[in-house]
This record gives sequence, structure tokens and C-alpha cells, in this order.
Amino acid sequence: MNKTPETTETSENIKFMQGNDVCAQGALYAGVEFFAGYPITPSTEIAEQMAMQLPKHGGKFMQMEDEISSLCAIIGASLTGHKVMTATSGPGFSLMQEALGYAVMAEIPCVIVNVMRGGPSTGLPTHVGQGDVNQARYGVHGDHAIIALTASNHQDIFRMTVEAFNFAETYRTPVILLLDEMTGHLREKVVLPEPGAIPLVKRLRTAVSNGVDYHPYLPREDGRLPMSDFGEHHRYNVTGLYHDMWGFPSEDPKIVYGLIRHLFDKIENNIHQIARFRKYYLKDADILLISYGAAARSALHLVENRRRRGEKLGLLELQTLWPFPGEIIREACRNVKFTIVVEMNMGQVLEQVRLSVDTPEKIFLANRIDGELITPTDIRNIKRVIQGKGI
Amino acid sequence: MAVKDYIRQRFFPHMWCPGCGHGTILNALLRAVETLGLKKQDIVMVSGIGCSARISGYVDFHSMHTLHGRALAFATGVKMSKPELNVIVPMGDGDALAIGGNHFIHAARRNIEMTAIVMNNRIYGMTGGQFSPLSAHGSMGTTAPYGNIDHDFDVVELATAAGATFVARTTTYHVHELSDFIAQAISHKGFSVLEVLSQCPTHYGRRNRVGGAVDILKTYKNNTVRIGSDKKQENPDLIERGVFVKKELSEYCREYDRLIAREHREAE
Repeated sequence: MNKTPETTETSENIKFMQGNDVCAQGALYAGVEFFAGYPITPSTEIAEQMAMQLPKHGGKFMQMEDEISSLCAIIGASLTGHKVMTATSGPGFSLMQEALGYAVMAEIPCVIVNVMRGGPSTGLPTHVGQGDVNQARYGVHGDHAIIALTASNHQDIFRMTVEAFNFAETYRTPVILLLDEMTGHLREKVVLPEPGAIPLVKRLRTAVSNGVDYHPYLPREDGRLPMSDFGEHHRYNVTGLYHDMWGFPSEDPKIVYGLIRHLFDKIENNIHQIARFRKYYLKDADILLISYGAAARSALHLVENRRRRGEKLGLLELQTLWPFPGEIIREACRNVKFTIVVEMNMGQVLEQVRLSVDTPEKIFLANRIDGELITPTDIRNIKRVIQGKGI
Repeated sequence: MAVKDYIRQRFFPHMWCPGCGHGTILNALLRAVETLGLKKQDIVMVSGIGCSARISGYVDFHSMHTLHGRALAFATGVKMSKPELNVIVPMGDGDALAIGGNHFIHAARRNIEMTAIVMNNRIYGMTGGQFSPLSAHGSMGTTAPYGNIDHDFDVVELATAAGATFVARTTTYHVHELSDFIAQAISHKGFSVLEVLSQCPTHYGRRNRVGGAVDILKTYKNNTVRIGSDKKQENPDLIERGVFVKKELSEYCREYDRLIAREHREAE
């Protein structure tokens, strides 16, 4: 895989490890201080790493009674001023939807890793799948916006984990990191960045002094909301109900409208700041692949293989899935003959891509939904069918 | 500090029905906090959903109004990440022991230093009078129109079995005892559970034909006895009040601090 290490390689910082462990390393780099989780395949190694590493870094790990309480606990810990994370997989992610909505509504920074496996239900615990893309976006009841990131290789898992923490703090929101079983359990090389190589976003705390009225839910002009830690002098209320700028419940239509708009706008209006992607051979491409996560590895393999034979394939690898980077997709699809979305579900990103472009009839799907990793040959076969060449 | 300095006065009068026992619990809680001399910024109140949960909006502490049944889970994260805070978790009976039952027993098992106050009115008040896991067998509710065939939990026995290191019960009739027990529970170095029988004249009282607030308070007076009272021998149906469990066991946050210290020593 193409990698762009942030740091010079030395014998010290080159590691050979599995993706889940890389995610844990990324979280430590980002400054995670509290992790609560519940064992579930294929994400358990993240909790195991946290249990091992956090006490050594002065942080805390808790194994909770379920995934519901895991997310609730990290939300509580975030309010005392700590960077927090939990990790889970499909069934656990379903259980977390209630508290995820709470974190959205109460604007609590936190990172939720979902190492995707085959679903629905208990599905395929030890096999790869990418079926939770829409759940990440729409699993919570009620209108809301969300940030969801993903990565296809270990260098990027590290970086996107750090980015997840940065976005959580910047936008005061839960951020979902959608990894998958294949990259989570794959062992490959990673270069651990030096401290400072990837910028970290610190929590924005209020400068309002003691005795002066503090508004935890009054956005500044730039949309950000400075926080005050529980235990500091500002005492305010946090609720999952619609609330005013002090955090107290309100049913005033103006306040309700203002809050739901704010929850959308702070994310959707910053789509260009949040969009992360990699472009491979796009300049002169006449066939475009769009992919993400484990599927993007096979897509890239095919692109590089075909390039050697003179075929002009290109790959747009998405790392931000939500908010969906529609404009970037539209631009990338504009001058190609056709586009193939490569993913391991029934076409969840495909749907979004078709909504983003002017010519949805030129967008095709190459997928695999049997729990096996989609191969370059699978994608090539679809390409040949589209081209009328036969397999 | 006066009791009124602990409340957010602009939200009064409160939203509880006339005759509701929850205001009495709030009153006793504030007196306990005053007696203990706790600072407002050192207290976090975490509540769930229901009539009981609205208590967190009235107190001038750090307050979290969370999800139905999940208050203890949120509170666990608050306490564990900042153990110097006093964490008080008022819950309703359905809140604590139906949807929140799992969090309840596990918080007790961990022995994390928090105070769980079960404001037990034996009914779901906010949704209009459905039976709860603390509604007695045979009692009436909108979802038990022909009488409740479920059996109820005994909060004291459940909390004790789950490992809570402080377990007490009282009622909104016994206000001095209530304030005293809350103070004891907050001071306890471990997970403390206080069950408070609290009247709901609007739903429980009406549906079960037990009269208004005063009538229910009278039953609290007449149908309860202090632990060890001879009257209980004569009439086993009487409900015991008092501190049932008070024991020392390593507290969760301190245990983790020791673990961190041990790891640091070994690393050096």
C-alpha cells in the first residue's frame, strides 16, 4: 500500500502490528485518557491494548457491563475534561445508538470505533463487512449530523484515529471511526509518528471567569463552543432534551429550531475541513474507482496493476464517509467514462455517489457480501462486464 | 450556606404534582449536603429519565440529565475520571431497576463511591401510571388494569446481594431520618444505595385507591418499623427502615489508583 509516514523511519519507530493495536497507539498519541468498553469480536484487541497501556500513561480503562454503559461512561468522563474513546463492533454499535444520540445532542466530544464485521445481527463475527456505513449516519433516532472516518492501511488508521479525536474536540461532537475486521486484524508495517508530527487539537475551554455567567451551549462566531469541566467553578446542566444556552430544557420553537440547525451546520458547513481522501492516478483517469477501508486495498491493487498495462484507471479513496463529500465525488466523476464504487455491502456508498453526480447511470457497483474480502479480480470482472468484454 | 443557596431558584415552583414525595427528598438531600458542608462545585448530580430525574435541574451542582436507566453508567464515567467529585445519582424505581437494573447491580458490584437514591413511588409517574418492577403483586397500573401479576424486587435485598457496601431504606414521612441517611450514604466510602419510599398520589394513589398524599404518608408511618423492631416479628408485612448494610471494601477508584501507582513503580 502507498503510505506517507509523518516521520523518518528508524529501527525504533517501525512496528509490525495489527490494525486494532495501531488504532490504540493512535488514540494514545492523540492523548486518550479514559476508555470504557465491552469485549466484542473483532474489536476486542483495542480494549486489551487500552487496558494494558492506559494505566502506564496515567489514564484509565474500564470494562463495563455492556456497550450501552461503555458509551455512557465515556460521555461522563468527557465532561470532566478528558479525551475519551470506546471501541466495539456491529451488535455493540447497535446498543450504542441511544447514547450516541445523547452525545450528539449534548455536544460531548468522544470517539467511537466500530470495527465492522458481517451483519445484520450477530452475522459474521470473524469476517469482514462494511455494512454499517448507513448505520453510522442514520442509526440514531431523530435528525442529526455526524462525522464518520475510515482507513484502509495501518499508517492511515493511526492518522485517522488522531484525526477522530481532533474533530471530536473541534466540533464538540461524537466521531465514529469505521474500521473493518480485515484491516483490524491484518498485521503490516506502520511507522509511529514522532510526537508533534501530527497536530493535536486540545479541548477548547471557556475563558469566562468565576462568577460571570457562562453559556455552555452558546456557539462563538466560529461555531465552536468552549467547555468547562465538571468540578470547575462553572456549574451548568447537560441534557438530551432540547435546551437553551445554559443547558436547561426548553420547548421554545425558536430555541429548538436554532439547536437542530446548529447541530447540522457545525458539521455540514465544514465539510471541506472534515473531508479526508486519497487520490491515486486521478489526473488522466478515464475509469474511476471509489472505495474505502479494506475494499480500497483491492481497488488500489487493481489500479496499479492495470496502469502497468496502460489502462487509465484511477482511485478515489474516501477516508471521511460522513459528512459525505459529494462535491469532491462529483468533480472526480466528471471526466471519466464510468465509475465503479467498490465496497463490501449492498451499495451504501454507491447510493450516495449516485446522488452526488450529474450522470448516475454511469456509476456501477463492485461489491462482495459473502464475508470474504473483495479481490482485484472481482473488481476487474465487473469492469469488463461494464465494458462489454465479458469475464 | 443556607439551603436555598443550593438550588436554582429560577426554576421554582418545581414541576412535581401537588403532594408528590420527590420534593421532600430534594429538601432532605439539600439539608444533608448542608450538614456535610460540601461545596457546590464538588458535587455532580447525574439523573436518568422520569419524574425523579427532574431533581437534577433544581440543584445548583454540576448536573446531568441523561438517558432512561443509564444514570449510573454516566455517573461511573464522571466518578472514575475525577474521583475527588461527590457523585449523587437519584433514580426512579423503573429507571433504576427495570431499564437500569443491569447498571444498578454492576455499579454495586464494583463498589464505586457514588450514592444511588432510589426514589421509589412504585409506579411510572411521568408516562401516566404504569406498573414498575417495584409495584407490588396485585397492585394496579394503566398497564396492569386487572392487577399486576409480576412480583416486585426488594431493593434492599437486591442491592445487598449485588454487593453494595451501604444499603438503607426510609420514607418521605421520616424526614429527619431521610436527611440523616442521605448524609451517611454520601459520606460512605463505597457504593451506597438508599431506597426512599416516596408517594405518588396522582397515579399510584388514585389507581390503587390508597388515598391522597397524606393517606400514603400515614401508611409509611404505620406500615414501617426500624430494623430489629419486635413489631416485625408480630407482623411480617411491616417494612423495615434503617441502615441494613454498612461495610468496608476496597473502593473501585482507589483500587485503580493503586494499580496505576504499582505500574509506575515497576516501570521505574
